[in-house]
Amino acid sequence: MTTISVTVNGKQYTRDVEPRMLLVHFLREQLNLTGTHIGCDTSQCGACVVHLNGVSVKSCTTLAVQADGATVTTIEGLANGATLHPLQEGFWEKHGLQCGYCTPGMIMAAADLLKHNPNPSDAEIRHGLEGNLCRCTGYENIVKAVRYAADKMSVTTAD
Amino acid sequence: MTTEIKERIVGRSIKRREDPKLITGKGSYIDDIKLAGMLHVALVRSPYAHATITSIDASAALAVPGVVAVFIGNDMLDINPLPCAWAAGRVKNNLNTPRALAVGTVRHVGEAVAMVLAEDRYIARDAADLVEVEYAALPVVVDAKKATEPGAPQLHENAPNNIVMEWDCGDKAKTDVAFASAEVTIAEPIINQRLIPTPMETRGSITRYDEATGEFTVWMTSQAPHVMRLLLTAFVFGIPETKLRCISPNIGGGFGQKIFCYNDMAFTMWAARKLGRPVKFVEDRSENYKASTHGRDHITDAELAGTKDGTITGLRVKTYANLGGYLSTIAPGIPTTLYGRILSGVYKIPAAYCHVTGVYTNTAMVDAYRGAGRPEASYLIERMIDRYAAEIGLDPADVRRKNFIQPEDFPYDNGLGMLPYDSGNYEPALDKALAIAGYADFRKAQAEARQNGRYLGLGISSYVEVCGVAPSAWVGLAGEGWGAGLFESANVRVHLTGKVAVTTGSLPHGQGLETTFAQVVSDELGVPYDDVEIQWGDTQGTPFGYGTYGSRSLTVGGTAIKKSLDKIKEKAKKLAAHMLEANEADIVFEDGKAYVKGSPDKAKTLGEIALQASLAYSLPAGMEPFLDETSYYDPPNCTFPFGTHISIVEVDTETGRIDLKRYIAVDDCGNQINPLIVQGQIHGGIVQGVAQALYERAVYDEDGQLLSGTLMDYAIPTAEMSPHIETDHTVTPSPVNPLGVKGAGEAGTIASAQCVMNAVIDALAPFGVKHMQMPASPERVWKAIHQK
Repeated sequence: MTTISVTVNGKQYTRDVEPRMLLVHFLREQLNLTGTHIGCDTSQCGACVVHLNGVSVKSCTTLAVQADGATVTTIEGLANGATLHPLQEGFWEKHGLQCGYCTPGMIMAAADLLKHNPNPSDAEIRHGLEGNLCRCTGYENIVKAVRYAADKMSVTTAD
Repeated sequence: MTTEIKERIVGRSIKRREDPKLITGKGSYIDDIKLAGMLHVALVRSPYAHATITSIDASAALAVPGVVAVFIGNDMLDINPLPCAWAAGRVKNNLNTPRALAVGTVRHVGEAVAMVLAEDRYIARDAADLVEVEYAALPVVVDAKKATEPGAPQLHENAPNNIVMEWDCGDKAKTDVAFASAEVTIAEPIINQRLIPTPMETRGSITRYDEATGEFTVWMTSQAPHVMRLLLTAFVFGIPETKLRCISPNIGGGFGQKIFCYNDMAFTMWAARKLGRPVKFVEDRSENYKASTHGRDHITDAELAGTKDGTITGLRVKTYANLGGYLSTIAPGIPTTLYGRILSGVYKIPAAYCHVTGVYTNTAMVDAYRGAGRPEASYLIERMIDRYAAEIGLDPADVRRKNFIQPEDFPYDNGLGMLPYDSGNYEPALDKALAIAGYADFRKAQAEARQNGRYLGLGISSYVEVCGVAPSAWVGLAGEGWGAGLFESANVRVHLTGKVAVTTGSLPHGQGLETTFAQVVSDELGVPYDDVEIQWGDTQGTPFGYGTYGSRSLTVGGTAIKKSLDKIKEKAKKLAAHMLEANEADIVFEDGKAYVKGSPDKAKTLGEIALQASLAYSLPAGMEPFLDETSYYDPPNCTFPFGTHISIVEVDTETGRIDLKRYIAVDDCGNQINPLIVQGQIHGGIVQGVAQALYERAVYDEDGQLLSGTLMDYAIPTAEMSPHIETDHTVTPSPVNPLGVKGAGEAGTIASAQCVMNAVIDALAPFGVKHMQMPASPERVWKAIHQK
């Protein structure tokens, strides 16, 4: 067992973990943050995407020990209190989710996309989300949701 | 008192009420559920497609600290195999179903052979690797046609030549005559390749057993918990239904795969009862791919007969349907009733005949997958009509138009034993789609492009499908073999405070039913939308319903709600008459108020009536307290949504890659309660059909190994692989139900695969390509162009 210290959604946790424990299991089982999901076993689907030191990672292929001393943001930490993140708002406004299972990882991946490319074209959104699968929406409204968020966030920065 | 009229909300694209918790990570899916003392299951699965189990040694596994037990199939002989609840009607069905864990013989790769229970999932997986199973390999067959040939490996003693059933529909004699005398006949082999449904959440079950009462509670990723309750108690465990409570939490997609009765429901129940601790099993993706149900897998010879000037005179179809190593819960009904009987599609075909052979092979079980039989049917007829148009040199849109069932022909009997199509108006949808596609200019653009060495193609798909599954008149005892009418249920209660609670037997798993049902209730009762709550998922507290699949929840479930709402309004009027000291016959209920005709200012609101009903001091003689009504609705018919989709592609002749440039969908699902939600269903369905046309294919090798066993090898489309979708609609209300709705959940999938394939083949016509199988992979396309 190894002791790790991780800040998740602004709160510090110190826990003992096996070196082989996956970050996604650490978040879901040890910290009870079940918003991050598991959808595959080959790192394809992106349901597990979180931010590790500000960068999106697939937590199913990250070891918990790799997060020692790091800052992690999950879907539960994205909103600002009662104020939804523009991406969360966009997914709600534009019907960007149906079953909701891919949604946390999709939103976290989109947040990273918009950080690097604040005004992406539809093609760039589709390409930027190539690491996230959705089986329900056909992606049409996910693209609209990300566009909504990009527009809203650029207005805010322009102010 | 305010006399504000509540704004109509049905027909508006309001945001979903399901979303706030899902977008903040507060959903509660099966793997999120933790019970005190819970044990985790890891399964030992067969690496062989066909073998006898000669020995199982769990001693090393049991020695691992944290392992509590290891159970095998032979431990569970006190429970029965899973049931097959839908034998194809009117024929001999050789039914063989799985047990909770394999006993004696395994019949597909991934079949579960042993279960390891441990304190945590990592220990369980470690221990599962230590269970030693010895197998004696048997010969394997994976192809449905080959499995019926003499000398093929036999899977089940009671199914000679691996045949489950031989079924047919239509008029063979009449059809043979039509073909013998036809001016034009075409014949093509059609492979509807095996697909893996792939909801983003895999399946799982958690069982808690109460030793004091003998009651089980099972949390399950199920689209039909009431049905599971019935099947598990009556057929598997032989206990009263009242001893099992089934709960579906939030479900991460289903697409049909989560309808069925699976072994993990049974083995978690059995183990929880044995050990006195809750037991949890959640499959990983590779397990889902090997051992949860697959879809499609038809091998077909299709023939179409017609005149030289474009009138179809006959359709003759022979299909081998691969059902897998065992029968899943409703497997035999999919390639028979839901396929054969809708093969004529939107066309008037005077002579049609379909023969289906259902077959066992050493592959995963095949059962309903989005569309369930109807995509296979619409693929066939739409591919053949394009092929026919090309053969006689006529425009494919014109040939469709010429053969459409006309509006005055409804209710329409298609001669294949289907219930009559309810209503339809196919030409306006076709015209709308053609206009959006710019069809008039397309052929010119296509010709010019060809001169410049660019190959564009346009594909049309005009579909009709049958949903609102299923009236007792159709699938009932004397009919198609199901043995029950698939009714739906709803209980509506108006509480003392005026809040309305609806409990439904429907099972939303992404369809937004909480939102759309509440829209209907709000308008019907004239109460604020926010005062309506829709509850589902728990068999304790919801009336028995058959669940959500087959595009049935608004048509059947919504109508059950409407019936309860009507009963509530009747009682409210009665009580209002009493409160207003008026004649019941003079009372009107409108916009949430009851009043004497002509005196709307002296009204009683539903809230006031509900309060009076709940306090119960002054009720008319014989009236029971409370506003609480339950309805069970058995529809008189299915509903028949329809539409036309068009796609435009360009082929890269050097690489064989297909660029799907435009996808246009014009759909008619009758009245739309929430257009945004309808469009979402269409989008998702379309991308699944596009994926079948271009990317997906479940592949087994000759030894029955699933080569497409993970997301690395099975091409689920990403956003980049999916087209932008343009949607429009027509509205032809269904006369079958009072909401006028037809259902929309599967239409996208039913229309789209052939839409894209027709476009690809149209693009490749200059190369002499007349027909092609799916998926139109770059390799297949390149070969069609460059190899003769």
